[in-house]
Amino acid sequence: MRSDTDRKLRRILSDVLGLTDDQVEDLTPDTGLFGHLPELDSMAVAGLFTEMEDRLGIAIDDDEIDADLLETYGALLAFAEAKREAA
Amino acid sequence: MNSDSYPCPLPGGVQAHEYALSFDHGRRLRMLVVPALFDEANKLRHLTVEVMRRLDGAGIDCFLPDLPGTNESLRDLSAVELEDWRMAVEAAARHFAATHVLAIRGGGLLLPPGLPGWLHAPVKGASLLRTLLRARILASREAGVEETGEALLEHGMKHGLDLAGFTLSGEMIRQLHEAQTADDACLTSIEQDLVGGRPLWLRAEPDHDPAQADALAAIVTMGCKA
Repeated sequence: MRSDTDRKLRRILSDVLGLTDDQVEDLTPDTGLFGHLPELDSMAVAGLFTEMEDRLGIAIDDDEIDADLLETYGALLAFAEAKREAA
Repeated sequence: MNSDSYPCPLPGGVQAHEYALSFDHGRRLRMLVVPALFDEANKLRHLTVEVMRRLDGAGIDCFLPDLPGTNESLRDLSAVELEDWRMAVEAAARHFAATHVLAIRGGGLLLPPGLPGWLHAPVKGASLLRTLLRARILASREAGVEETGEALLEHGMKHGLDLAGFTLSGEMIRQLHEAQTADDACLTSIEQDLVGGRPLWLRAEPDHDPAQADALAAIVTMGCKA
């Protein structure tokens, strides 16, 4: 059973990356994100974090955004869940 | 589809002509389409024009004006304010005798009062600005330069800023920071959930989705003819 944050984050990623429903379902904690998708520019990454703020009801400081956060789906989900718990 | 133009007021009381895409057959229903802003304008241009083709097919004239400093405009974007865009949209509405308006995303920040119509996925100016600032911070960081949103915003409001390839004036940034979507009883929001599909403005590259153009055009056409 997926958490609310997990479901919403999958939807946000599918919107930003243009993933199909199957690809979204196939995301695992180990799935590589931005390091594996070099075509994503800073504008798309910025849009991703703004969407996360708006749809998950969290605030993200710019200095919290670093490469480790975007390494895998699991890392991004853990960050989002921690943010929502603290909110 | 035709290339058209409209007289756009410049500071000092003179006028320039800005380009507009038009489907004009002198019909009763005349839709002014106000484009999305900045990078979203590029990502949503295809969808926007496809919606216009469908409205034309449904018997509605439509007009998509260039905002000063964008697309074919000869104006220098770095000298343009958000207020200039509002005046341009108002001038286009008057010139084309618009009966309705369809604003896409940030286009909803520019609407003249009194025209009935629709806001597709409206967004606050501060939210657009936040994403642009964040993109700049990320790009700078890749280049080994550390910047903060707060300091950039403060500097930008005074002196202007380059954000995601757009050179914006201090006034533009200040006005964008405060800008709210038109809150008019004659305007109806069309959120993405109603249109279906995935929001094209979030994608890294411009794309198109004919089903979204069908849905948007159907909602607007039904509303116009109700």
